[in-house]
Amino acid sequence: MATLHTRSAARLMIAPSVLLLLAWMIVPLAMTIYFSLLRYNLLMPGMEEFAGLTNYTYFLTDPAFFQAIFNTLAIVLGVLFITVVGGIGLALLLDQPMFGQGIVRILVIAPFLIMPTVAALVWKNMFMNPVNGLFAWLAKLLGLQPFDFLANAPLLSIILIVAWQWLPFATLILLTALQSLDEEQKEAAQMDGAGAVSRFIYLVLPHLSRAITVVILIQTIFLLSVFAEILVTTNGGPGTQSTNLTFLVYAQALLQFDVGGASAGGIIAVILANIVAFFLMRMIGKTLEA
Amino acid sequence: MARNVSTGRKLITTVVAWTIGILIFFPILWTFLTSFKTEAQAIASPPVFLFFDWTTENYSEVQSRSDYLKHFMNSVVVSFGSTLLGLLIAIPSAWAMAFSPTKRTKDVLMWMLSTKMMPPVGVLVPMYLIFRNWGLLDTRTGLVIVLTLINLPIIIWMLYTYFKEIPGEILEAARMDGASLSKEIIYVLTPMAIPGIASTLLLNIILAWNEAFWTLNLSAAKAAPLTAFIASYSSPEGLFYAKLSAASTMAIAPILILGWFSQKQLVRGLTFGAVK
Amino acid sequence: MGSITLKNVSKVFGAHAVIPSIDLDITDGEFVVFVGPSGCGKSTLLRLIAGLEDVSDGEIVIDGRNATELPPAKRGLSMVFQSYALYPHMSVRSNIAFPLKMAGEDKATIDKKVEDAARVLNLTDYLDRKPRQLSGGQRQRVAIGRAIVRQPEAFLFDEPLSNLDAALRVNMRLEISQLHQQLKTTMVYVTHDQVEAMTMADKIVVLNRGRIEQVGSPLDLYRRPDNLFVAGFIGSPKMNFVTGAPAAAHQAHTIGIRPEHIALSKDQGTWRGTVGVAEHLGSDTFLHVNADGIGTLTARVGGDFAVTHGDQVYLTPDTERLHRFDEKGMAIR
Repeated sequence: MATLHTRSAARLMIAPSVLLLLAWMIVPLAMTIYFSLLRYNLLMPGMEEFAGLTNYTYFLTDPAFFQAIFNTLAIVLGVLFITVVGGIGLALLLDQPMFGQGIVRILVIAPFLIMPTVAALVWKNMFMNPVNGLFAWLAKLLGLQPFDFLANAPLLSIILIVAWQWLPFATLILLTALQSLDEEQKEAAQMDGAGAVSRFIYLVLPHLSRAITVVILIQTIFLLSVFAEILVTTNGGPGTQSTNLTFLVYAQALLQFDVGGASAGGIIAVILANIVAFFLMRMIGKTLEA
Repeated sequence: MARNVSTGRKLITTVVAWTIGILIFFPILWTFLTSFKTEAQAIASPPVFLFFDWTTENYSEVQSRSDYLKHFMNSVVVSFGSTLLGLLIAIPSAWAMAFSPTKRTKDVLMWMLSTKMMPPVGVLVPMYLIFRNWGLLDTRTGLVIVLTLINLPIIIWMLYTYFKEIPGEILEAARMDGASLSKEIIYVLTPMAIPGIASTLLLNIILAWNEAFWTLNLSAAKAAPLTAFIASYSSPEGLFYAKLSAASTMAIAPILILGWFSQKQLVRGLTFGAVK
Repeated sequence: MGSITLKNVSKVFGAHAVIPSIDLDITDGEFVVFVGPSGCGKSTLLRLIAGLEDVSDGEIVIDGRNATELPPAKRGLSMVFQSYALYPHMSVRSNIAFPLKMAGEDKATIDKKVEDAARVLNLTDYLDRKPRQLSGGQRQRVAIGRAIVRQPEAFLFDEPLSNLDAALRVNMRLEISQLHQQLKTTMVYVTHDQVEAMTMADKIVVLNRGRIEQVGSPLDLYRRPDNLFVAGFIGSPKMNFVTGAPAAAHQAHTIGIRPEHIALSKDQGTWRGTVGVAEHLGSDTFLHVNADGIGTLTARVGGDFAVTHGDQVYLTPDTERLHRFDEKGMAIR
């Protein structure tokens, strides 16, 4: 497929994508780095001055920052735990013969297609609301005191909402992987005398390992940047109890108009994501060859 | 799938699976039901499930009070616009990388993917300032540009994996048969790639429709798509559950239906072809 | 018409010279087969002629015209691919019509030519089917149909039979040969199967590691191989090679004897040996004999020569049909 003619045509056709993405990647990022070294507040235009690493030290010594790092990790790990364990269970269940499998699949997938703001608002108001929510009613039914989820356990509530949105994704991918397991392999294992449990441990789990890695890494990328769910439910509060890094930077930039500080936070978020991305790229690189 | 399973076991599986499925789906079902209640019924305790006076009043109210249709159109324009623009840019690139690969093609693909991994907050500030200075804040054009850029890597990747499955010999055959490059693309490649292009289109419309970082931060009243429109319900006054539900139902229904039709593509697209 | 000349053609991928330098003349109307083991550069050579790859150096002349820089479409060649490369979204009719449509012929001409080709290839009943509804052999014929409709200067075949089962392959071999008799158009055919080469070719080009080992008619190559490679590649079962004292007796480094040129006897002969495996084909029997002091030799005897594993036999090579090679593996004549 490689003549000079097609090659030069090919180069011309890649160019727009490469240039666009290059610009998208480099220009704003360079600006962020530049801003992060400035004392720059939108409320005081014309007062910009070089500030060195002050923004970083300010950001890194802010107690809210550590809270945000903790919250970011808690959201990522909490959601990953729920979705991966739940996803494996659901995938195994859905892989069994049953009546109406297609419909159950459709029911399970649905939450992933819901826009984050809708999901968060529905949960916040119609389920977690301490007065009118369904959970409050359930609690009263059982003779318990209604629990104000978003006030008393804001982080946990957000984790639950986000996990609900992502569980279908994990299930769908793991189910797809499960269905690609060779039926003959399972039969061979059965002939070899492997019971259901050893078949799961020695055959199914290794087969799923790649899909599980994919789920973990891709979800991590998205979960590091959870935003809308926090914005419409708790607004990061009470205090900073449910503020993650993304929300902290947003608040710094668009609520306090501190461009310098927000930029420093953004760069820190980029570094954090890069550490994760490093592993993801290596893994997807391998699957490209496979 | 010649597994021998007793009907009894199948029945148990069915009951368990349906129960879990309905539980997971319940919030959506509940939203749908609530959208047809009056506000008083919406917060009634004990809650009413099916036996209430069905009304479509909420829907007309949502439209008349906050111009739902305007935001719906914004969502349509932004998600379709960004996806189509993305396809326009991506098809030639994916074509080139799939059928005229060089030593660096893999690196280029990897690099494109890596732009997707940059957390949006990393560039929130400059994007906001650029948009402000260029008058793109709260415009459909601005949102189309940003969403095109953030979804371009996924579009290219999906198309690439689909194109890769088209055997190169067929394109060579066309070349031998006297087709020029443009005729090769029009008569041979495109018809063969249509299923792949369609799934790419579908998935990216879903992603763009639900995108809720840039749309929330870069739009206000005028260009706000449904994500931002719904967010405005986060601190309302008075009774609003039924109206919130009506607005939510209208915001998610089209994409829910699209998504159900494209489950398989969803997996492929979101895993960059790593799981098929 | 369809003459093709390669002058000093080379192809380099990176630092690896797939084809160092090749000169070759193909005259009009000839059926030329490129044969060689996988990775010998035969497919690359065909793709260079087709224009699907650029030559790194040298010149390709088609029909007296320098075609080195021409794109594939302008070379006036048709190609049948290994995978058939049919357009899956088009009917058989549209597949065959495609080159004509690209050439901008009018609809009536296209229809007529497609009908003609379909009749020749027994495809008339299948014209409105899609490729996936056809059997392997039918797909193969569609691919050929697509190649013949525009009456090219020459046909290029890239291992066209390798995806067919054994019986069908023998049939298609015959059909392609008949087609060549009818059309009398130049055909360049690539295969790794020496049987295909021997049965179909007017001229065989034996390739090895990007070099031409020998060019000649099938019987030429069979009777007078230039070197050990050709001697070993052409003919089935393979020629036996013997080195050491028995070869020195014939003033050669290596001697080669074809299995069919060894006479067998149960009581006397030049070499003594024990039968290892006897393959009974019915008409013939191939004997793999462990000859004392020489090694394993393959011999071909009539089907009624009754021996089994472990029997002692005597082998006598036909010295008239012995091939002698020097230490570089070149034939001594």
